[in-house]
Amino acid sequence: MSSVRVLVGTKKGAFILNSDGKRRDWQVAGPFFAGWEIYHVKGSPVDPNRLYASQSSGWFGQTMQRSDDGGVTWTPVGNKFVYDGVPGTHQWYDGTAHPWEFKRVWHLEPSLTDPDHVYAGVEDAALFHSRDGGATWTELAGLRKNETGPQWQPGAGGMCLHTILLDPTDPGRIYIAISAAGAFRADDGGQTWKPINKGLVSDMMPNPTAEVGHCVHHVAMHPARPKVLFMQKHWDVMRSDDAGESWQEVSGNLPTDFGFAIDVHAHQPETLYVVPIKSDSEHFPPEGKLRVYRSQTGGNEWEPLTKGLPQQDCYVNVLRDAMAVDRLDECGVYFGTTGGQVYASADAGENWTAVVRDLPAVLSVEVQTLP
Amino acid sequence: MSDAAVPRTIRVVLPYHLRTLARVDQEVALAVAGPVTLRAVLDALEARHPALQGTIRDYATGQRRAFLRFFACEQDWSHQPLDAELPEAVASGRESLLIIGAIAGG
Repeated sequence: MSSVRVLVGTKKGAFILNSDGKRRDWQVAGPFFAGWEIYHVKGSPVDPNRLYASQSSGWFGQTMQRSDDGGVTWTPVGNKFVYDGVPGTHQWYDGTAHPWEFKRVWHLEPSLTDPDHVYAGVEDAALFHSRDGGATWTELAGLRKNETGPQWQPGAGGMCLHTILLDPTDPGRIYIAISAAGAFRADDGGQTWKPINKGLVSDMMPNPTAEVGHCVHHVAMHPARPKVLFMQKHWDVMRSDDAGESWQEVSGNLPTDFGFAIDVHAHQPETLYVVPIKSDSEHFPPEGKLRVYRSQTGGNEWEPLTKGLPQQDCYVNVLRDAMAVDRLDECGVYFGTTGGQVYASADAGENWTAVVRDLPAVLSVEVQTLP
Repeated sequence: MSDAAVPRTIRVVLPYHLRTLARVDQEVALAVAGPVTLRAVLDALEARHPALQGTIRDYATGQRRAFLRFFACEQDWSHQPLDAELPEAVASGRESLLIIGAIAGG
């Protein structure tokens, strides 16, 4: 019988939640790396027992961990992230030039074909990869050296590369997104990159339609349709049907189009999930009601999903990497909150239950569907 | 063989999170040959426990991470040159070199 393994990164450690395919009863393992910030944990799609974790601390910097047994045991691996050549400068918050400085790994994306190959999106924004199971890391420097690089600027959370999407039909195609630079695409395995932000409008920018500078919060893709992208921007939910060449807004009837997380149903490529957040000044749900919004029309028409979620006095946030879906026949949807809850729905969002309620603030949620 | 080439046993006390990362007890004993400097001790520590590389000294600058401090014989060595020789009490193993995380909330 199939089962699911939910990988949760928090401000104070990692947790692994296990259940069978019914997703009613859960076992909670952890904390792993107690006291450390775990920005992301993700498993290899070709070897589910191979997990990678980003472990960091304001005192001790970045370390990396790898498990070869599904998270039962872990081994520290390489943590040397050094920019290629002279790093140069990007824009600081006040528009002055600021040198690139490595701070942490935000997102790990294991290769679709090789468990030893894994990509890492880091702050200050750059893309690294390892071909030896995390022992050594090399920058794919064509991204940072894009001619627009000196114009990139940090968002409130830092200048982070937080999204990495690998096209399952084209090994050369990679999408990434940076806050606050925008989305970029490579068609040659990550050597050269182009900004793909046409159609994005960010009113807080001097030029709202500039080629770069957009605060993209997250991008999602259904693996069966890798040219169709869905984006939660700082404000606005966006959609591209041409691999990012152009974007259209699909916020529609959302109560607010600010938010962080966005994901796509495992079997219905036009079914999307977002968690609207009141505003960039008040990072909590509107009216104190935690509502996931689902569109079954690829955007524009949204319905609130509330059964089992707190509908009063709820003031948590759901961060950009803290939502995921499983691939069981009836798609499961999961998200974690800054209040330490991890909610799960075994029926595509109709009903929700809290798997755990009192973890440290959740930074990321990933799901593995196991045979 | 000169005396300077004879390895000496240096004791180093690590902060909690580095002990768990390296999977060691509170105090680590290290063999250091030649002048017993901060650099020599940290080199020996990282060679013995590679998981600690980059966690005490920043990879990019080679300098002490901002929120860590070094103490030897009740004196703050955080701002001493890495190649300054540590006190004889540390070099002889009578006293430990302390690596301490700055106290802060969070």
